[in-house]
Amino acid sequence: MSFLSYLINGISLGSVYAIIALGYTMVYGIAKMLNFAHGDVIMVGGYAAFTLMMTYSTNPLIAVLGAIVICTVLGITIERVAYRPLRGAASPLAVLITAIGVSYFLQNAVLLIFGSNPKSFQSVVGVPDLKLAGGALMITGETIVTIISCIVIMTVLTLFINKTKPGQAMLAVSEDKGAAQLMGININGTIALTFAIGSGLAAVAGVLLCSAYPSLTPYTGAMPGIKAFVAAVFGGIGSIPGAMVGGILLGVIEILGKAYISSQLADAIVFAVLIVVLLVKPTGLFGKMVQEKV
Amino acid sequence: MTGMKMKNKTLKSNLITYGIVVAAFVVVQILLQTGSLSSLMKGLLIPLCVYVVLAISLNLVVGISGELSLGHAGFMCVGAFASAFFSKCTEASITVGPLRFCLAILTGAVFAGIFGILIGIPVLRLRGDYLAIVTLAFGEIIKNVMNIFYIGVDSNGFHFSTKDQFSLGMEADGKIIINGPQGITGTPKDSTFLIGVILILITLFIVLNLINSRDGRAIMSIRDNRIAAESIGINITKYKLMAFTVSAALAGAAGALYSHNLATLQASKFNFNTSILVLVFVVLGGIGNIRGSVIAAVVLTALPEMLRGLSDYRMLIYAIVLIVMMLFNWAPKALEWRERYFGRFFKKNAKEGE
Repeated sequence: MSFLSYLINGISLGSVYAIIALGYTMVYGIAKMLNFAHGDVIMVGGYAAFTLMMTYSTNPLIAVLGAIVICTVLGITIERVAYRPLRGAASPLAVLITAIGVSYFLQNAVLLIFGSNPKSFQSVVGVPDLKLAGGALMITGETIVTIISCIVIMTVLTLFINKTKPGQAMLAVSEDKGAAQLMGININGTIALTFAIGSGLAAVAGVLLCSAYPSLTPYTGAMPGIKAFVAAVFGGIGSIPGAMVGGILLGVIEILGKAYISSQLADAIVFAVLIVVLLVKPTGLFGKMVQEKV
Repeated sequence: MTGMKMKNKTLKSNLITYGIVVAAFVVVQILLQTGSLSSLMKGLLIPLCVYVVLAISLNLVVGISGELSLGHAGFMCVGAFASAFFSKCTEASITVGPLRFCLAILTGAVFAGIFGILIGIPVLRLRGDYLAIVTLAFGEIIKNVMNIFYIGVDSNGFHFSTKDQFSLGMEADGKIIINGPQGITGTPKDSTFLIGVILILITLFIVLNLINSRDGRAIMSIRDNRIAAESIGINITKYKLMAFTVSAALAGAAGALYSHNLATLQASKFNFNTSILVLVFVVLGGIGNIRGSVIAAVVLTALPEMLRGLSDYRMLIYAIVLIVMMLFNWAPKALEWRERYFGRFFKKNAKEGE
């Protein structure tokens, strides 16, 4: 029974990683950049929901919507101010370092506004805990909501990308920027839209993460951000089903590693599995191999 | 004739780099003598040397070999622990401080170099961002594993455990050297500014000579076009591994300098943020430009301290400065604007800088 409950916890944590990884992988697929500030957008989402609920005592659902709006606007602003001017820079590292600068900026701005004391986040989930097998197996409401939202997000996102015009434009831009532009696709608009969606998802992930692990500090987003990045690479960066599978696998490995091997080594185990996967399949589980030409 | 001219030019450029380091050392010595250096800045002198060495060594991988490495702090960690362990063990037998420290630095460099080879062989099969994430993963693994190490010594020799200090099973006279998450305490404080500067000069000598050698040109040809380099018979793995290992060993030496400046050495210090910090120095200083790395490392390490008057706002301002500098240096529009208004000035500079 305990194995089953660990497994469910793992899937729940993995679902959060998957939602964050979706943001990473979409941005990477389209803008070809590693957005290291993504983890901090999660943290901002957590703080936004926290403030709306605590200070303005809004309904949790409205607070979540508010957090999504705030993060979406933040994502678009970051893209416009810090990343767009560097498109076409001589080295792809330039925008990577700027992203790190944005990450520092968000952490320290939140630190100034809210202070460094951890805030205890009140769960936004109203779903009651589920008791199975006569109480031997308990699934918390947070777990249920997390897993369901992950499935919903995944489905909606896949439909959006495959069935709508803006979604098709995203695919086209990720395939070939120049050709997409010639077909009349607004490149800047499409990239901004990608950032908006990724940041909105980050807000959802932030709220879910803080509901499950209720301590909120300005550095809350950093480690989940890195883990989600690992998840995205794990599944093959740029691939949406890959991010999903990678995220859930990562969560399960982390929780099982913590439970059965060593709680201190759980992170090391996650990274070791990543290394093994990449050595066997150098572009991740679902990644495409790009043939290099001279 | 032109070859001769180029050689003189590189020599001149390298001499300028050495000259800057020596001049900075002399200036600091004068400031120290006249007592016009605040205690904060004094405390910063050795970390400055550590970061300069790290930035130079990372530039070898990122700039010269063209591979993004996000786990440089891991090699620093190996060097720091190996050298501190060495110093703690030999503290009684080698009483001459500087000699012991030189040996400790060597130990740190050798161990980090060995790790560089071990990690480099699998890592360098990958490309681009996948390579970056694996170096990140190795950095985190090294940090995590160092966190659960317990090593003690007593009359029966060394004891080793990954559980806790009690499971070492030592005699009463036993002494714990590495104490898990608490790390190593009481490493002899052998690091001095002079040794730091000498280490910078040695690092510069190694890296600049490597770049301007036949091997260095092979490494750069792989960076510029891997397939073309391979087709003219350059052994890709060998040269990439060479750059990676030299870089790791130098990071290990920097780690040794770092660990002998601290009362307690903890593995948690060598996290992802440290690796990123060094990468920021490299990119801001100019990818592949060694002199730029030196200057960027000094400026960016000293900047948060100089902004201390702004107290809470200093890290925020640091972040803004970082973003603005990146935009100003790399954005195509900003470059165009600079060209238009300061064209002559920057062009001249660029010629001299190369």
